[in-house]
Amino acid sequence: MSLGIDLEIKGNVLCIRLEGELDHHTSGQLRAQVEEALDRNQIKHIVMNLEQLKFMDSSGLGVILGRYKRIKNAGGEMVVCAISPSVKRLFEMSGMFKIIRLEENEAFALRNLGVA
Amino acid sequence: MRNEMSLRFSAKSENESFARVTVASFIAQLDPTMDELTEIKTVVSEAVTNAIIHGYENNPEGMVYISVQLEDGLVRMTIKDEGIGIQNLDEARMPLYTTKPELERSGMGFTIMENFMDEVEIETDENHGTIIHLTKFLTKNKALSH
Repeated sequence: MSLGIDLEIKGNVLCIRLEGELDHHTSGQLRAQVEEALDRNQIKHIVMNLEQLKFMDSSGLGVILGRYKRIKNAGGEMVVCAISPSVKRLFEMSGMFKIIRLEENEAFALRNLGVA
Repeated sequence: MRNEMSLRFSAKSENESFARVTVASFIAQLDPTMDELTEIKTVVSEAVTNAIIHGYENNPEGMVYISVQLEDGLVRMTIKDEGIGIQNLDEARMPLYTTKPELERSGMGFTIMENFMDEVEIETDENHGTIIHLTKFLTKNKALSH
């Protein structure tokens, strides 16, 4: 199984919707596509919607952390939403919730970033 | 009842998914919970990724070896590479420590293995490779033994 990546820009927010499996093999594609979107557009914040993500390991944490650093340096915020209990455990184990906000769903996440 | 299997495959990232799915389907016969299966898949993914990135430094000529033994609700896995070995095991086991920050590695691989397994043992030898022994007691079996 591979990774499906859907990117959509809403205002100054890049919405990243993932479907399938995020591991070392698929993390490269995600990094490349998101970096390209950030290079080409005026984006301040990132919302990652993981509702359809079936599997993630520490390579996923690495790629999320990498994008967090870029967006944070530009004064933006990273929000993750709709995560499964197993992904939540990985986030907790690595202390990611100290820096990345968790929201129940994409609509809440967008509203709190000021995008309707 | 004892049952075992082994796998040998090229150190290519395409095989990470193959490895974890194959191990999970072998273990499925013990009727693990969904959480236990996810934990095992994650751990296999971590160890195989380590072998590929660190052990073989992304050289696809390398081979990764996995063996799994099942016995009475006990899962024993061995994941082995014949790569460069781990120079400093204590550092490698520390949460968030990575020798490859430029590759955006999170440094959480061993921490995840230790959290998701009951026992983790690492044998490593510079220039000869690394063997990781992972043991997990499935909950059904835990309930019986208490």
